[in-house]
Amino acid sequence: MAFAVLALARTRNLFAVVVLSGIYSFLMATVLVALDAVDVAMTEAAVGAGVSTVLLLGALHLCKSEEAKPAHRPWLPLLLSLATAALLIYGAMGLPDFADPNAPIHQHVVPRYLQNEIDVPNVVTAVLASFRGYDTLGETTVVFTAGAGIIALLRRRKHPKAVLASFRGYDTLGETTVVFTAGAGIIALLRRRKHPKSGGGGDGK
Amino acid sequence: MSSGGVVEHFSYIATVFLMVAGLYVVMARGNLIKKLVGLSVFQTSVYLLYIAPGKLIGGTAPILSPQYTVYSNPLPHVLILTAIVVGVATLALGLAIAVRIKETYGTIEEDEITALDNARQDMEGDPGR
Amino acid sequence: MESSLVLRVVGKLLIPFILLFALYVQFHGDFGPGGGFQAGTISAAGIVFYALIFGLDKARRVVPDRLVETMLAAGVLLYAGVGVAGLLLGGNFLDYFVLDQDPVHGQHRGIFWVEAGVHITVCGVMLKIFYMFASRGQREEKEE
Repeated sequence: MAFAVLALARTRNLFAVVVLSGIYSFLMATVLVALDAVDVAMTEAAVGAGVSTVLLLGALHLCKSEEAKPAHRPWLPLLLSLATAALLIYGAMGLPDFADPNAPIHQHVVPRYLQNEIDVPNVVTAVLASFRGYDTLGETTVVFTAGAGIIALLRRRKHPKAVLASFRGYDTLGETTVVFTAGAGIIALLRRRKHPKSGGGGDGK
Repeated sequence: MSSGGVVEHFSYIATVFLMVAGLYVVMARGNLIKKLVGLSVFQTSVYLLYIAPGKLIGGTAPILSPQYTVYSNPLPHVLILTAIVVGVATLALGLAIAVRIKETYGTIEEDEITALDNARQDMEGDPGR
Repeated sequence: MESSLVLRVVGKLLIPFILLFALYVQFHGDFGPGGGFQAGTISAAGIVFYALIFGLDKARRVVPDRLVETMLAAGVLLYAGVGVAGLLLGGNFLDYFVLDQDPVHGQHRGIFWVEAGVHITVCGVMLKIFYMFASRGQREEKEE
């Protein structure tokens, strides 16, 4: 994995960078299986090597560029990186040893999770959906917000009447009203129009 | 708390290496898409940071079964599942912004974008967005 | 890509299995690795595969934009709905044990619907993002 990352940092051909990031995700998934994290490995393989690579390729097709030669020698970032690494390693030496059964993370809540109270053998799903279901609700909302944000950013503005008609459907799904206010903020920040039909039209609410 | 030396903390060293490599790519490279890839490398190293301490040697994946008594810690797995999905959401939004920047400025190199912005400000004399 | 025979045949063979595998991962999330997120990504990947081989327009006819946008919001609403159902039946928000006479079975039901909601949202978001990126490129080519 170290080699993949170093090659990624040095390559200037962006297509190669995308492929290397896919390789890196697959290697990370393998390491995660070795660490007994099977759910996480499946998610990382599906999301990191699958969806992430597709998105990067799509964006690359739309941007169509190669990385230019860096203008200044990167001594300052290199120095900062090495200093950060030294600090972090110094701090990490105080953390528990690898696979230490007396580490604090094994002591407090986990013995209860492993008691099989709710008769669901996959403890990760049990914790995710039942013990910590509220966090998962928040995470699903984050995913939804990302989708709504993408719609707001990459939507093509048609005739204003068409926009209004398509939005009436959304108002019945309640939640999206709040998100589109956020989307309008993003549009206002990033929009550049040639003709003067811009301005406070917003999302046609 | 910890008595070991470098060998017992190997997982942390690997994590820090990947993290700093990702950080270097974000800081030192000007291309927006490469920065986003560096950011995702950084995020992936954090997954390793959380999951490695949860592993118990001789344990197994946290799926309860009568044959096993020792399980690796499931709590970090839960947290990192959320983190992975949020990471890809961030990547998607970042790429959408990069695409919009490309369409507006014609380039996704940071230096050229700053230069174009400054040139536009000098020409129009407006405080700029 | 539509002219490549190998891709078309292999695609037609594989895509049903991919979608079936996504459902398997979803429902076996209780007993093995899996669950909502993985299943959502896999089913989105199956439909993206179809779009890559047979063209974006055909994929849009099979899974129209309207359906995808509805899936986005419906999953979150389903999840929140399970929580509210817990409220209406006497417990706290997102309590599962009130959903059935036997509290353990109530947990099973709650987890089932919650994971289904997650699957729908994740699949919808991944598909929508792919549609957005792909159609942006298409329209630019038409305008140029």
